Amino acid sequence: MAATEFWSEGEPVVDKAAPDGPVETRWDRRKFSAKLVNPANRRKLTVIIVGTGLAGGSAAATLAEAGYHVKSYCYQDSPRRAHSIAAQGGINAAKNYRNDGDSVYRLFYDTVKGGDFRARESNVYRLAQVSVNIIDQCVAQGVPFAREYGGLLDNRSFGGTQVSRTFYARGQTGQQLLLGAYQALERQIGLGNVEMNARHEMLELIIVDGKARGIVVRDMVTGEISTEFADAVVLASGGYGNVFFLSTNAKGCNVTASWRAHRKGALFANPCYTQIHPTCIPESGSHQSKLTLMSESLRNDGRVWVPKAQKDTRKASDIPEDERDYYLERIYPSFGNLVPRDIASRAAKNVCDEGRGVGPGGLGVYLDFADAISRLGRKAVEAKYGNLFEMYERITGEDPYEQPMRIYPAVHYTMGGLWVDYDLQSTVPGLFVVGEANFSDHGANRLGASALMQGLADGYFVLPNTISNYLASGPFPKVTETDAPVVEARKQVEDRIEKFLSIDGDRTVDSFHRELGHIMWEYCGMERTEEGLTKAIGLIRALKEEFWTRVKVPGKGEELNQNLEKAGRVADFIELGELMCIDALHRRESCGGHFRGESQTPDGEALRHDDEFSYAAAWEYFGADGKPTLHKEDLNFEYVHPSTRSYK
Amino acid sequence: MDIKVRVWRQSGPSAGGKMVAYDVKGISPDASFLEMIDVLNETLILDGDDPIAFDHDCREGICGACSMVINGVAHGPEKATTTCQLHMRKFKDGDVIDVEPWRAAAFPVIKDLIVDRSAFDQIIQAGGYISAPTGTAPDAHATPVPKKDADLAFEAATCIGCGACVAACPNGSSMLFTAAKISHLGLMPQGQPERDSRVIDMLQAQDDAGFGGCTNAGECTMVCPKGIPLSLIGRLNSDYRKAITKR
Repeated sequence: MAATEFWSEGEPVVDKAAPDGPVETRWDRRKFSAKLVNPANRRKLTVIIVGTGLAGGSAAATLAEAGYHVKSYCYQDSPRRAHSIAAQGGINAAKNYRNDGDSVYRLFYDTVKGGDFRARESNVYRLAQVSVNIIDQCVAQGVPFAREYGGLLDNRSFGGTQVSRTFYARGQTGQQLLLGAYQALERQIGLGNVEMNARHEMLELIIVDGKARGIVVRDMVTGEISTEFADAVVLASGGYGNVFFLSTNAKGCNVTASWRAHRKGALFANPCYTQIHPTCIPESGSHQSKLTLMSESLRNDGRVWVPKAQKDTRKASDIPEDERDYYLERIYPSFGNLVPRDIASRAAKNVCDEGRGVGPGGLGVYLDFADAISRLGRKAVEAKYGNLFEMYERITGEDPYEQPMRIYPAVHYTMGGLWVDYDLQSTVPGLFVVGEANFSDHGANRLGASALMQGLADGYFVLPNTISNYLASGPFPKVTETDAPVVEARKQVEDRIEKFLSIDGDRTVDSFHRELGHIMWEYCGMERTEEGLTKAIGLIRALKEEFWTRVKVPGKGEELNQNLEKAGRVADFIELGELMCIDALHRRESCGGHFRGESQTPDGEALRHDDEFSYAAAWEYFGADGKPTLHKEDLNFEYVHPSTRSYK
Repeated sequence: MDIKVRVWRQSGPSAGGKMVAYDVKGISPDASFLEMIDVLNETLILDGDDPIAFDHDCREGICGACSMVINGVAHGPEKATTTCQLHMRKFKDGDVIDVEPWRAAAFPVIKDLIVDRSAFDQIIQAGGYISAPTGTAPDAHATPVPKKDADLAFEAATCIGCGACVAACPNGSSMLFTAAKISHLGLMPQGQPERDSRVIDMLQAQDDAGFGGCTNAGECTMVCPKGIPLSLIGRLNSDYRKAITKR
């Protein structure tokens, strides 16, 4: 195929911060080799952190505790509302409290394998190592994890693993962990160590002398544009699942902070790796504004099935046992309903494509608790999943104690993100990226209960150690409002806002966002093909042109203007969507969340091509030739040797 | 369904506001209340009107951003449900629905249905935490916590900080919000060292932020989307009395 029609290839990108030698001691050795900053000098150093979720909130609190001056920004009205709050299921840690054979090495192994051999071993090992410290830290903060009658912490097994290493707080683990980080952050705000700026949105990165030195932000209440300076900038701005319009992300989640940094030189890695979560509530109509996840912990006790016959419109309870197809248990007998997310999602798509889906439009499968209720009793099921069942009933009007839930896959998490080295530093010196916003730890597929782990690992334990190595060479020369790059960055923001407001077309921002979402879901969703992706790129380019001529943004720049905010985000999503399709097109293999129709085994399973694609694809922003440039980072597997992921 | 909404419109913090009526036609009963407003806003934009500003984010009842007083009740008619989780099937065709912002002295209106709730963050800053700087923690199993206490602490900790309690209170008091945090942390062994100072400092911050006093009206717990019980205010009062007498 005419590969170069859509992209060019540049020099490989190399992770210079990664230590070699035994994987077990790499993190210790990196911490030891990293330069430290004298405590007395820390308060002279300022760090900007964008985003207050698990990664950003924990990083802001920890850096402030260490003595740095922190400036924190979030678009929500309070740092407590970052979307980490919505994570339900749990957080993994290799505590082995169950004595069931778990270990740091096993968590490392499971994560590398679960990521379909597209993640860096060094990063993943470190993640598994610090996982144990996270639980200690959160318990010390008073996070009310679920406990057993003896007073010790409870664990459960979670999607795709055979040990019980998941710590949880009912179905609200993300909320409780985030409140822990938020409270630590508020404590630092109260002490004057963090300057908190809620309802502020980063709209541009400021680079001076090749280093990230600040951001341009818009006060979302007054519309005032200001430039903020620091010695280092940390993006903790989350993932980009909202490129699909419908996703389980919060409505405000966006890629703008990352994309603005990408446009200024930060490479964007593996954008096509998106996680489609198997257990979400199906769409109910054209008014749909977002999708709601049902924690996959439900798969521990719920059984997934569809009717054996096509177009079977009988009520679930009228379909006899022998006319049901418990397809996950049938196809994957050893993992059954607990297969990893990518596999469960695609299996759901396949049975719906066969015409065996249930509910409106045939886009749904059953998740049935009848067996669990008869085995454990309704009370036990209620204790475990009560709030999830209530949520389901509120949204659908159906009672899952009486009839099976209907579920369908939805976009949930993005493994791709800004490329970072082992120190979590992007290709722009002084720009660090943590949490879902970076690409580093999950490879092509994230395991359940690993997002919370990574966010907190980065924020509490990794970044605070690695950023000191960079800051030790500071403080850097003072930056002022009149420096040319600062003036330019501010002007870029002002011009863009002016442009949005002046088009005065005939289509709303949301209508463009929905259309983009349809294109992405259709052609860059659960199954991608060369033909579909090529078509999608054309459609997105046309959409982009239409956006910049026909969008209608009401109101002014100098006021609270939610449509102006959305316009900026959608403009960036459109550009990202094109890059995602190009990345998906170039990766002619199936791996993790990226399934290419042309690359499957005879029985329809994903087929990787390690000889050709064992690398992270880091993209440089569309150059003068209008094409993004691909920089490959080769992945080496010294410990966990690539094998075919089999859950049969 | 066809309905009419009467919405509080206020262009800015110091501007006057008024209720404005809009017809919304052909809404699906499966749409959420916020999706109904989305649909209305799309038509307002194309008609050249200013769309209705409102806070929302996760739309799954956990972030605490959404905040509408619907027909006089914070978060509307369905019990233990945030505005975003309220669906149009709870209304009838032809209904006239009033939509207003939280109204409380400590939550000034910013625009339309958006209010400033930063006073809640100030209460947390004053002591709504356990001081445990990163890296100082002992092993998680060093201190067992009786399941009963852990479960109660969890119930209190499920507060989403939406502010419905304040909006419902005739005094604009934040007592239920503060009590939830006091109870969560006070029930955990890790929260004991700061238990006394916490309750004193948080109550002071609550007063300083302009919240009213609690007179046990109990309306807060009736609208709380997480069902935080009124008894936690009793816990707070008890903690406060003990703390103040030790001074």
